Amino acid sequence: MSDATEANGTVGAAEAAGTGASGERHVRVVLVDDHRMFRTGVQAEIGQTEQTGVEVIGEAADVDQAVTVITATRPEVVLLDVHLPGGGGVEVLRRCAPLSADTERPVRFLALSVSDAAEDVIGVIRGGARGYVTKTITGTDLVDSIFRVQEGDAVFSPRLAGFVLDAFASTDAPPVDEDLDRLTQREREVLRLIARGYAYKEIAKQLYISVKTVESHVSAVLRKLQLSNRHELTRWATARRLV
Amino acid sequence: MPEAAAAPLDDPRPPRKLYRSSDGRWLGGVARGLAGHLGLPVVWVRLAFVGLFMAHGLGALLYAAFWFFVPLGVGGVGDQKPPSFVGTETLPDGRRRLVTRKPDKGQIVALLLMVVVAVVFVGSVNLSGAAKAYLVPAVLVAAGVALVWRQADNARRARWVEAGRRRRTLTFLRAGAGVLLVTAGVSGIVVLQGTAQLGAVLQAALAVLVGITLLAGPYLVRMSQDLSQERLMRIRAQERAEVAAHVHDSVLHTLTLIQRNAENANEVRRLARAQERDLRTWLYRPEGTGKEEEDEPATLADAVRRTAAEVEDKHGVPIEVVVVGDCPLDERTSAQMQAAREAMVNAAKYGGEGGAVQVYAEVEDRTVFVSVRDRGPGFDLDAIPADRMGVRESIIGRMERNGGTARLRAVPGGGTEVELEMERAEKTA
Repeated sequence: MSDATEANGTVGAAEAAGTGASGERHVRVVLVDDHRMFRTGVQAEIGQTEQTGVEVIGEAADVDQAVTVITATRPEVVLLDVHLPGGGGVEVLRRCAPLSADTERPVRFLALSVSDAAEDVIGVIRGGARGYVTKTITGTDLVDSIFRVQEGDAVFSPRLAGFVLDAFASTDAPPVDEDLDRLTQREREVLRLIARGYAYKEIAKQLYISVKTVESHVSAVLRKLQLSNRHELTRWATARRLV
Repeated sequence: MPEAAAAPLDDPRPPRKLYRSSDGRWLGGVARGLAGHLGLPVVWVRLAFVGLFMAHGLGALLYAAFWFFVPLGVGGVGDQKPPSFVGTETLPDGRRRLVTRKPDKGQIVALLLMVVVAVVFVGSVNLSGAAKAYLVPAVLVAAGVALVWRQADNARRARWVEAGRRRRTLTFLRAGAGVLLVTAGVSGIVVLQGTAQLGAVLQAALAVLVGITLLAGPYLVRMSQDLSQERLMRIRAQERAEVAAHVHDSVLHTLTLIQRNAENANEVRRLARAQERDLRTWLYRPEGTGKEEEDEPATLADAVRRTAAEVEDKHGVPIEVVVVGDCPLDERTSAQMQAAREAMVNAAKYGGEGGAVQVYAEVEDRTVFVSVRDRGPGFDLDAIPADRMGVRESIIGRMERNGGTARLRAVPGGGTEVELEMERAEKTA
């Protein structure tokens, strides 16, 4: 969430070019989305490879294609749509689990979806995606998120932070394994600021901690979200009549 | 931790349902269906049934129970030849007719086997004279019932094959024969009963009732099964029609408007935002809440979203809303909503060029917190002339009058954030 405006994507792309030129960062990316128009749009937003350092090495339009392409090219980051023909993003995550578990060259997944419905968000995050951003994101932010995910950090959109807060806040009944499921005060604070639309950098400034610390807090939240007991999440979802 | 994450995912496969096999069956398709369901060879299942039959006829009872309750389906063990024995062929005059299947070797063997087993069984059971007298009527009843049950199966299969129009007479003949047999058997039992007057009549009535139940049973069971399936299909169709109607009414309408206003970027953006919000509300809201009606919002989350939507429509600046938790609106939180509305209007008016306005509301145990934040140029609070009422009265003043607090952070160049905090009224729940 930097200063780029959401309204005009061209400005975002131009700024994205500025971000990448400073360092020699490079990341290989596979785009998975069933709408060709959208894939083209993302390519344009990401911009030129030599400027942003993001190289799109493959595209796929459904689950089978995605698994084939990802296995063949071994990208560092996969931009994954949630709704796909053939089982959805969750199915891709499931079938690529051995690839993302690889410690040498892990394939990491960043969900990029137009949907911000809670069941979609929670579903792919629990499936193993390292982040979730909505399709209204600007080019700069997307490039930023891709690099963040490449380095193993988690990327949350404000809405996702809101869901997580909601999930952990509304269950006041004592959970079975308290240590595992509860967010610490600090993690909650970080999440709150994300939900309010702050960028990681701004959060760091506000809480007098480093950006790295912010990122580790967010990663911890992600870990807890994946491991939190099913019971609690199910109850949360039923309370909102999501399932 | 991707493995850890992958493990608890739900198994998407639907639960398997047991069907009787309609192809390659010898008697009712029970053994084939069961074998397909359990993943065992058919021979094992058949042998098991025969073995159980020796145990005082338990196998026969079991088989009958399966035949009665399990619906006929396609499938079973799929290792045999294609189901060619029930097919259609085109007659010279252009009509299609059902080709009757020829009894294959397996069926004849099964039939012979059954007769042998039955003879052995009857021979082995030591019946006294009175019980023996009941045997013939009982067999008659059984045969009649079997005939009628088979009829129910045929009716179902005919529906899949779409060729069951003809052979009506045979259908009636079969059913009639079944009824006749059962009636004969039942009256035989009654006649054998002998002299006792009232008891005999009562027993006869009971016997007839049982006979009717036996005859109508399979039809009733199958009818209810068919009915529930049809109901499901109807509900699905209705849902689809509703979606189509909504898409037609609102989405197509908006797209037309967008085409007409293609040069006016602002108008297009406004239309698209409004439509997106509308569609989202419609898709993700639980059934029956706030889909159509325009009444006053009853809860805080609803109020925040609605306020944001109104401001968004009016000023053409996108507003992103995140709400955590929810509570009913009361006097204090209503005042807070009005303050938040003012903050949103300000953000949209003065900070709208910086991108979307972010609204965050959180309901905690004792307080309600709302933050409105824009990415505009920001301003210096002290530099605002004293006669400007917007921020001071509408936001800060209103909050303080109602026992809350308002904080403003307006960094020049860094955007503006308004934080509103209000004590919640005593919990009612």
